[in-house]
Amino acid sequence: MNLSDVQKLLDCEMFSGDEFLDRAVISAGAADLMSDVLAFTQAGAVLLTGLVTVQTIQTADIAELSALVFVRGKKPDKAIIGFAQEKKIPLMSTPYSMYEACGILYRAGVPPTMKSLRTIEGA
Amino acid sequence: MASENGQTVSETFVIEGKEFFDAGKVSTEIKSLLKELGVKPDIIRRVAIAMYEAEMNVVMYAKHATVTVELTPKAIRIVVDDCGPGIADVGLAMQEGYSTATPEMRELGFGAGMGLPNIKRNADKFEIETTVGKGTKLEITIWIN
Repeated sequence: MNLSDVQKLLDCEMFSGDEFLDRAVISAGAADLMSDVLAFTQAGAVLLTGLVTVQTIQTADIAELSALVFVRGKKPDKAIIGFAQEKKIPLMSTPYSMYEACGILYRAGVPPTMKSLRTIEGA
Repeated sequence: MASENGQTVSETFVIEGKEFFDAGKVSTEIKSLLKELGVKPDIIRRVAIAMYEAEMNVVMYAKHATVTVELTPKAIRIVVDDCGPGIADVGLAMQEGYSTATPEMRELGFGAGMGLPNIKRNADKFEIETTVGKGTKLEITIWIN
């Protein structure tokens, strides 16, 4: 699966990074808390989030995420789009809620980037 | 690259408090520097994450801070020395979920009491010295091999 498939599955509007749509999607995760993203995601993951700020872009850059998907139709402003272009981070917006968007990607076989405690502890 | 010759590379940066739009700039500069110096990507990611959490803490709570990054053939050592309120109870601040953040800080996706634990998680060695009313000094060491 690549970003282009994610865009189609989630019916996304693109705001930056059209040129990276062939990037492979290795995993995905969802969070509004940037510290959780920094603590628990793997490099190359797609992040679904409802937080549309400059810090979201900065976090994606630091954690080396492959793309950001804003849920519930949230749209980034010009400053955020410009910053994402500079950092080469694709931005898209889906009309689906966080729960629905996660469900669609999970059902399509995208592995979770954040391991659950159950997986970590082998319970 | 000096460290290839067994020498130490050292650079100093300044973080200004309350400058939310610029928060992350110094971490990005350090990330680029380490990339140029040929440090492995997984090590750079750990340094960048620890550094970004430290930078957010300075922006959210302190007046300003000096950051010194030192790359030796064995390790990356980062010292973040801030002029700020200090931490009254370091034990509490190290617990995940404990926070004194304002709603403004939380709206940015930070201030949920994960900062210091996240720094510790990415560091091989982490030391903290703090004086209430004066400031906090973090020393983060990440081994290269």
